[in-house]
Amino acid sequence: MTSDLQSFLFGRLTWADFVHDPVMAASGGIMVVGLLGIIIGLTYFKKWKWLWKNWLTALDPKKIGIMYLIVSGIMLLRGFMDAVMVRFQQATNDSLGVLSSDHFQQIFSAHGSIMIFFVAMGVIAGLFNLIVPQQIGSRDVAFPFLNSVSFWLFVAGMIIINAPLVVGEFSNAGWLAYPPLSGLEYNPGTGVDYWIWSLQVAGIGSLLTGINFFVTILTMRAPGMNMMKMPIFVWSVLGSTALIMVVFPILTATLAMLSLDRLIDTNFFTTGGGGNPMLYINLIWAWGHPEVYILVLPAFGVFSEVVATFSKKRLFGYASMVWALMAITVLSFTVWLHHFFTMGAGADVNTFFGIMTMIIAIPTGVKVFNWIFTMYKGRVTFATPMLWFMGFVVTFTIGGLTGVMMSVPAADFQFHNSLFLVAHFHNMIIGGVLFGVFSAFSYWFPKFTGFRLNERLGRYAFWCWLIGFIVAFVPLYILGFMGAVRRLDHYDPSMGWQGLFIVAGIGVMLIGVGVVFQIVQVIVSIKQRHQNRVGNDPWDGRTLEWLTASPPAEYNFATIPTVSTRDAFWEMKKTHTLPKDTDVEAIWLPKNSANGVVIGIASLAFGLGVVWHIWWVVVISLIIAIIAIIVKLTDDHPDRQLSAKTVARMAHEYTLKENHG
Amino acid sequence: MSRAEEEHAIVQRKSLGFWIYLMTDCLLFASLFATFAALRNNTFGGPSGADLFDMQFVLIETMVLLTSSFTIGMAVLGASRGYKKQALIWLIATFVLGAIFLAMELFEFHALVEEGNGWQRSAFLSSYFTLVATHGLHIAVGLLWIIVVTIRLWRFKFKHTDLHRLSLLGLFWHFLDIIWIFIFSFVYLIGGMS
Amino acid sequence: MRKPQLEHRHSPVPYISYVIGFVLSVIATLMAYWLVVADIFSGNQAVIIILSIAVVQLIVQLVFFLHIGRGSRWKLATFILAIIFVVMLVAGTIWIMNNLDYNMMNMSPDQMTEYMEHNEGI
Repeated sequence: MTSDLQSFLFGRLTWADFVHDPVMAASGGIMVVGLLGIIIGLTYFKKWKWLWKNWLTALDPKKIGIMYLIVSGIMLLRGFMDAVMVRFQQATNDSLGVLSSDHFQQIFSAHGSIMIFFVAMGVIAGLFNLIVPQQIGSRDVAFPFLNSVSFWLFVAGMIIINAPLVVGEFSNAGWLAYPPLSGLEYNPGTGVDYWIWSLQVAGIGSLLTGINFFVTILTMRAPGMNMMKMPIFVWSVLGSTALIMVVFPILTATLAMLSLDRLIDTNFFTTGGGGNPMLYINLIWAWGHPEVYILVLPAFGVFSEVVATFSKKRLFGYASMVWALMAITVLSFTVWLHHFFTMGAGADVNTFFGIMTMIIAIPTGVKVFNWIFTMYKGRVTFATPMLWFMGFVVTFTIGGLTGVMMSVPAADFQFHNSLFLVAHFHNMIIGGVLFGVFSAFSYWFPKFTGFRLNERLGRYAFWCWLIGFIVAFVPLYILGFMGAVRRLDHYDPSMGWQGLFIVAGIGVMLIGVGVVFQIVQVIVSIKQRHQNRVGNDPWDGRTLEWLTASPPAEYNFATIPTVSTRDAFWEMKKTHTLPKDTDVEAIWLPKNSANGVVIGIASLAFGLGVVWHIWWVVVISLIIAIIAIIVKLTDDHPDRQLSAKTVARMAHEYTLKENHG
Repeated sequence: MSRAEEEHAIVQRKSLGFWIYLMTDCLLFASLFATFAALRNNTFGGPSGADLFDMQFVLIETMVLLTSSFTIGMAVLGASRGYKKQALIWLIATFVLGAIFLAMELFEFHALVEEGNGWQRSAFLSSYFTLVATHGLHIAVGLLWIIVVTIRLWRFKFKHTDLHRLSLLGLFWHFLDIIWIFIFSFVYLIGGMS
Repeated sequence: MRKPQLEHRHSPVPYISYVIGFVLSVIATLMAYWLVVADIFSGNQAVIIILSIAVVQLIVQLVFFLHIGRGSRWKLATFILAIIFVVMLVAGTIWIMNNLDYNMMNMSPDQMTEYMEHNEGI
């Protein structure tokens, strides 16, 4: 093949790009083997058609939500392996020489990027899909097809970020890829491009999710549910989606400009040509700070539900909780400079953003107090979801305090980019977001499966996570004080740091045990499911999702309930006004659609094409995506009908199942 | 809720959802405007806006786009009142004007690149090209949308769903003209002052 | 039972709305253009005046082309929220980016080099 033809067909891809050092090759190998295993399994059990019809092309948000959780769960394992390697490198101080410096840079960059974009964002999208429609008494989301597109863009981004394990290399520029390191001059390879396009594709999916659920909440609530009667979780989703809509376009624009610098020699963030790398840092953090609130607000929402349910008491201070959520939403957009206090700004700018950062701690504090006041004089039971909340209160409060410490610009000159900072943000994300996710998982698992999780294993997992987290991250706080910076692949042994790094490594292993317990818990619970069957309301819940069957019918509610108070379901139980599905009407639900999958595949091809400079792939995938969009958007019959008779029969069957187990 | 009521609610949701998408597009352009504002003086020894912009040319461009915003308004109104031929004519007029706008813009870009003042020349030029080209890309999408809508209006029965899509296209087009107001004012007028 | 807020039906928009909007926009555009080309104002004054004219034309097009205010109240609310965030981002960026050389004592890199060579023997 002539080299002209080769570079046209394959861009800058060569056979050499498939060759990796042993550790990376092993990781890539494991991934490929896992994938092959799934493919072989599906073929052997002849489940492709079932998978395609019931899951991949389904527009039911419950299905899409479960798929999000599965993909995010797998990505959690990948991100966790990256974390283990980082701890290992730092605990052994590179004495074993297993990881090259360049490989180490790629590992921590992958760790951060995957955890934020493909675990945390995926999990909250999953929660939105599973919980919001039922909590507002709806059957679906506002834009079911867009929902599917969002998911498949998420998957496409996930594939792009995992591709470097097999072909090419990943970015070595951290999870935010600051220029000039991430620019063309210092990083001409595929690494940063993989990072850019993975995030760009997934980011559009997130933006669409934000629009979808924002409109859903505004327009699809059950009759009688005005805004101040919505569950607090729904309010938290409103805040989170509002932030998504405001800030993800900033990410899109900034990533686009970085990629233009890399592709066509623009000078946005270059060191010459008049470029300004600090502009990238400014813009990326204008996205980045609201991003962490996007992640944590739903966790707050989850805890509001869990605390009220397990205290058998209505949430204390509903109105102030709403106010706090909305205040945090708006304020989170006024603090972003605190991520670069040390990078040149004068005292006046630093002071303004420092004060705003301190202020945002106030509504958060209001929420913590309200949760505690909810528990006061309630009949509290410490089921696993509530344990996660207790763990959250302790860890998140401490993490928040360290945040306030760093919000003082003068002090931040000591903390910035040290391990103190690293410990702080892991404190917030693990203690806040992840514990919230685990609480949600154990709380709502019975709703979607019809059986409980094994409580004992859940408790073991919790304690391993909590203690493991403390053992892993308190040493990092101390090391930060002692002057250790982040992202070190080795350090001078005379610093005396190794002991603390070893302790941190032990902490991570303890967390690993917790993860094992979680996996075992799911497996054991599935095996024991017949003994642990539950009905629609296993926890004596307060909100509408506990009205539907476990697992819910495709349409959620045979008749849409009418609501008159907060904690509508609790009210219905107390006043014996639970709706009866007597006069059911026909129900319209969206048909399945393969277009979401097509758009996802086209986006995957587009991203990979740009990374490898294979322009014919880029053009063709763009055309396919546009055609798929036009075809779907001009489809005048996207729905199918369940006749009234069918609905009545299904409702009857669900009632029978409830009564007879 | 009857099926008719439900379908009406769906249409309203789509209008709101599309409007909100336009609001997110405002943030996208805001990022590019912020970038332009930060980099407007970083000419790296090269030409500034005052050296490069042909004010008359830009004024004509602006009038063309403004007129197309008017014509698409007429198209949406005509279609909603049931005047198929009127709507078609106004739609085609909008397409022609939009295409002229885009052609003028490409002409401007081409001239700049030819004389060595392309996007690689300086950060100022990078931000200028990107902001204006992003707007142009949106216009191109709008032109494609006009084609699809015009075909459906001409050949198929123009149902209420198509009417609704046309009204969303109208929103999109008006929004693009509004963005152009700010490009015209900040990039060309202010940026073009010496 | 109160249904969630949806757009209420409004009477169809009159043609004249678009004509008024178009004429006013043309006037605003020409005014801004003439002010700049004829060099009437300069510097900050010019920026403020052009910005004001742009905002006026924005409102004209919002009202006469986009019919904001009629129909769903969510459109106006989300628009105002979006503008607030737009202003925070653009103003914040300008303020921050101008401030990042605060510790450079308002000198250009070349001036700073000269200063350091002259005063600190570097």
